Amino acid sequence: MKKFLSHALAASMVLAASSATIAQNFNDPEEYARQLEQLSMAPNGPEGKPWVQYLVDKMADTAKYAKEGPHTVCFSNAGVNNPWRVVGFTNMTQEVALHPEIGKFVHVDAEGSDDKQIADIADLLASGNCDILIVSPNTTAALTPAVEAACKKLPVIVFDRGVQTDCPVTFIHPVGGYGFGIQGAQFIADNVKPGANVLMLRILPGVDVLETRYSAGRRILDNAGLNIVGAEFTDGDNAKTKSIVEDYLQRGSIDAVWMDAGATAVAAVEAFEDGGHDIPVFVGEDQQDFLQKWRALDMKAIAPTYPTYQWRTPIIAAVRILKGEAVPGPEWVLPQPAITQETLDTYINDKMPPLHYAMCGCQDMPNYPVAWGGVK
Amino acid sequence: MSDATVGQVPATRPRFHFDRWAPALLLMAAVAIYVAACVMTGQTQYLNWSNLLAVVGRSIALGITAIGQTFVILVASIDLSVASLISATAVLASVIMNGAPTMIVPAVAAALALGVTVGLVNGLIITRLDVNPLIATLGVSLVIQGCLSAFVSNFAGSVPPEFQFFAYGNLAGIPFAILFFFALAIAAFLVLRFTRFGSNIYAVGGNQDAAHFAGISTRKVIVITHVICSLCATLAGLYLASRLRSGAPWIGANGVYDLESIAVVVIGGTVLAGGRGGIWGTVAGVMIFSLIDSIFNVLGVDAFVKQVLRGAIIVAAVALYAARSRRIVG
Amino acid sequence: MSDQILSTTPKAAHTRRLPQVNPVYFILAALIVAIILNNPAFAEPAGYMNFLKRAAPLAILAAGQLYVIVSGGFDLSVGSLITLVVVGSSMLLNNDPNATWWVIPVMFGIGLAVGLINGLVVCYLKVPSLIATLGMMITLNGFAFMWSGGAPRGYLPDSFRYFGRVNIMDVPLIRMLPVALIVLITVGFVLNWLMHRTNLGRMIHAIGDNPRAAQLAGVPVNRVRIIAFVVSSLSAVVTGILLGGFAGVSTDVGTGYELQAITAAVLGGAQLLGGRGSVPAAIAGALTLTAIFTLLNFLSLPQPVRQVVQGLILIVAVALAMYRRKRTGQ
Repeated sequence: MKKFLSHALAASMVLAASSATIAQNFNDPEEYARQLEQLSMAPNGPEGKPWVQYLVDKMADTAKYAKEGPHTVCFSNAGVNNPWRVVGFTNMTQEVALHPEIGKFVHVDAEGSDDKQIADIADLLASGNCDILIVSPNTTAALTPAVEAACKKLPVIVFDRGVQTDCPVTFIHPVGGYGFGIQGAQFIADNVKPGANVLMLRILPGVDVLETRYSAGRRILDNAGLNIVGAEFTDGDNAKTKSIVEDYLQRGSIDAVWMDAGATAVAAVEAFEDGGHDIPVFVGEDQQDFLQKWRALDMKAIAPTYPTYQWRTPIIAAVRILKGEAVPGPEWVLPQPAITQETLDTYINDKMPPLHYAMCGCQDMPNYPVAWGGVK
Repeated sequence: MSDATVGQVPATRPRFHFDRWAPALLLMAAVAIYVAACVMTGQTQYLNWSNLLAVVGRSIALGITAIGQTFVILVASIDLSVASLISATAVLASVIMNGAPTMIVPAVAAALALGVTVGLVNGLIITRLDVNPLIATLGVSLVIQGCLSAFVSNFAGSVPPEFQFFAYGNLAGIPFAILFFFALAIAAFLVLRFTRFGSNIYAVGGNQDAAHFAGISTRKVIVITHVICSLCATLAGLYLASRLRSGAPWIGANGVYDLESIAVVVIGGTVLAGGRGGIWGTVAGVMIFSLIDSIFNVLGVDAFVKQVLRGAIIVAAVALYAARSRRIVG
Repeated sequence: MSDQILSTTPKAAHTRRLPQVNPVYFILAALIVAIILNNPAFAEPAGYMNFLKRAAPLAILAAGQLYVIVSGGFDLSVGSLITLVVVGSSMLLNNDPNATWWVIPVMFGIGLAVGLINGLVVCYLKVPSLIATLGMMITLNGFAFMWSGGAPRGYLPDSFRYFGRVNIMDVPLIRMLPVALIVLITVGFVLNWLMHRTNLGRMIHAIGDNPRAAQLAGVPVNRVRIIAFVVSSLSAVVTGILLGGFAGVSTDVGTGYELQAITAAVLGGAQLLGGRGSVPAAIAGALTLTAIFTLLNFLSLPQPVRQVVQGLILIVAVALAMYRRKRTGQ
C-alpha cells in the first residue's frame, strides 16, 4: 500500500509538472482589465431592462437581412442539461411568444455533444426552412466550422459561449468570466482580515467560462494577501461538495468560501451548519435556494450572476435583424450585476423552485411564475 | 449476416431466419417512420439527396467505433474504454499536428500506435490475468481518462486544413467520411466472412472451450479483436479531431461512444454472449440511431422525451429478436 | 423443495474459502490506518462518523447491486433511479414536511416497479441485463427530467432529510451517531440475512453459478432473478433518500453511482457473471472505495490521479482474486 501510494504521488507530480506546459491562456490581463472596467460601466439602452441594454456602443448594420414575416427562427441549442440552461430556455420560449412576427420556432437540442450539434446545424441548413439561426455553442472551437458554414447561407446569432469567427451578425454575452470571478473575490477581500483562510471550490477544469472566473478570483485573493487553503473540484455534485468542505473543516478553520458557480453553494453552507461551525463569508450564485439560505442564516455573502436573461436577447435580436434594424454588434455585451445584501430581498421569491436563477429578467413576463416552475 | 451460422449447430431444416433479417427490417421501419414524419409535418424538403447524406453522416464516429466493438462482442468480450481512447487519440493527434500539414503522418502513426497499445493492454489483461472484460476495460478507461485529463483540460492543438478533408471533404459529390465508413465496413465484412481469422472469431465466441480444443489459439484471437476494436476507436478519434478541428479530453465521454456503440451493435443483432451477428447488422444499427435522431429533430421532440424514447427503443429493438431465444441471458 | 441439492454447491465453496479472510478487510484496515496517520482528527467520532455517514449510501447500493451480480447480471439503472428518487421526492414533497410519510412509500413503489420491469425484460424478453438496464438508465434519466421540466421544483423538507443528514448527538461512548449509519446497519443486516441465511440466497448463488443446472434442479429461475433486480432497485431508493438527505436537491445526484456500486461489489470479491459474493464484503468494498477517495482528498491529489488510482485498483483487485481462485484450485 505504501509503495502504491508513493507511486501514485510520484505519478501525480509528473502529471502536475507536465500539465503546466500545455495550459491554455485563461489568465489574459487585457481581457481582465476590460471586464473589470465593464463591470462599472453605465449601460446603454432602456433602464430596468438589462436584457436589451448593451455596454459597448457599436452597432451592426443589418439592412440586407430585412425580410417579410412571418419568420422561422431556428435555434441550435448545446443542451438543456442543467438548471441554468433550463431557466434560460424557458426565458427564450416565453420571449418567442411575445413576438407575433415569429411564425415558427424550431429548436434542436444537441444534448451536450459537439458532434451532435454540428450534425444538427447541418440538418437545419439542409432543410432550408430557417430565416435566421441562433446558436448556443457547446464548445467554442468545435462549433466554429459549423457556424462558418451557416453564415454563408443565412444570418447567425451566437450567444453564451462564442465561436472563433466574426461571421455571425452578433455575439451576445454578459461581461464574462473574469467579471464573475472579480465580483466574488473582491467581496471576500473586502470582508475578511489579511491572511484569512479561503477555500476555493470549482466545478471542473477546462471549461473556459469557469477557468476565467477562477483565474480572476485567484488573482484578487492572492493580491489581498489571503491564505488559499485549497482549490478543489466538486464536479458540481452536492454530496461531494459537502464532503470536501467537511474534510477541510476537520483540518482547520475557514474564513471564506469562494465558488466558481453557485449550484452547490447550499451544500457547502450545510457542511458548516451540520458541523456546528460559524458560517464564513460566502460567494454563491443567484439560485433561489442559496438566496433563501443567505437570508435565513443572516450570512455575509454575495451572489455574482451569469444572468439567464441573456436567453431573451437573441430572440429580440433576431426579430430586429429580420426587420433590418441595427443591433449592437459584432458583440452585444450585456450588463452582469451581482446580488448583494441591499438587493437580496428583491430577488428572493418563496414561490419559485430552489434551483431557479433569480437574475432571469422574467418577473414581468406574462406567464411568470408558472412557466418557470413556480406557483402563483 | 449470412455468416451467422459459422461455429453454430446447423439448423435442422431450412426456415426463415428472423434474426438474420431483423436489423434490415428495423432499418426499413425506421426509414418508413422518417419518411412518414417528414410527409405528415409537411417538411418534404427533408427528403432529398443532401439530407440523406446528412442523415448518414450524422453518426460516422459512432459507426466507426461500433465496427470495432462488433469484433470484441463477437468473441463474447466487450470494450468500455473506447470513449476515453477516442478523446485520447483526438487530443494526441491534434497536439502533434498543431496546425502543421507535415505532421499529419507522424500524428496518425502515433495515434494508431496508441490504439494498438491500448488494445494489447485490454486484450492481455483479459486473457492473461483472467479479468472480466467489463472490469478490465472500465479500469483501462479510467486510467486513460485520468492520464489525459492530467495533461490537458480543454481543446489542445489544432489540425491543419488538409486533415479536415477527412471530415469535411468530398469525393465525387459524396462526403469522404461516408465513403471511408463504408470502406471500413466492407473490409470488416471481408475479414469476418472470408478469412481464417474471421471464422476463428465466430468459433471462439460460439464456444471458447470447443474452439480451444479445436486447436484455435483463443487468447490470440481475443487479443487481436481488442486491437482491432481499439484501432477503430482511434480512427473515430482522428475523425472527430478532423471534424472538431481539435481534440478535447471530453469528446469521447460526451458522445457516450462506449455505451452507444454497444447498444448499436446489439440492436444490429450481434449477441452479447458472442458467436452470432455481423458487420451489416451493426451498420444497420448505426443508421437506425441516425434516423432516430433525425426523426426526433423533424418532429421537434422535447429533449427529455427523446431520452425516454431512446431508452425504450434500445430495449424494444433488442427484445424483438432476443425474446424468442430459450437461453437464460446474462 | 430443491433445498438439498442446492445447499451443496455454495457450502462446498464456503468451506474452501473458510481459512482465508477476504482481503478487502485488510485493505480497508490499511487505508484507515493511512488516513489516521495523515489526519489524526479522523480518529475522533466527528471524523469517522462523518466518513461512515458519507459511505452509507454507496454501501447500501453495493449490497443491493450484489444481488444482481451474484445472480449473473448487472444493474446499470440504479444511478438514474437515485436521481429520479431525489427529483421525484422534491416534486411531490414541495416543501411540505407532513408529506414525507407518504412520499417515501411512493418512492419505494417506483423502485419496486423499476426492479420488476428490469427483471421481466431480462427474464421474459431475454434482453441481456447490460442492455436492459442501460435502456432503463437512459429512460429513467429522461423521465426524471420530464417530470421536473429539467430542474426540480421543490425543496426537500427536514423530515425527509432526517435519514441522510442528521446525527443523533450525545450518544454515550461514541458521542454522535448518524441516522444514515443506523439505516446502513439495518439494511445491511437484512440483506446479509437474505443472501446468506435463506433459501432465496442459495438460489441466487445457484443461478449465478450455473443457470441451466439451477433450472434443472427446480429453482424458479425467473422469479428469483426478478427478486434480485427488485432488491437492487429498492436499495437504490434507500440510497436516493440518504443522498437527497445528505446533500439536498440536484439534478445529477445519481450520475456514476452504478459503476461505483459495481466497483465496490467487485472490490469485495464478488464475481461478475455470477455465483460468488458476500454482502458484508461488498459493504466493505464500498467503505474501501470511499476511504480511497477520502485519503486521496487528504493527500490533495488532483482528480485525474484519483481516476487512474481507481482504474488500477479495479483491475488489480479482480486480477488478484482470479489468481487466488486459480491457486486454490477450481
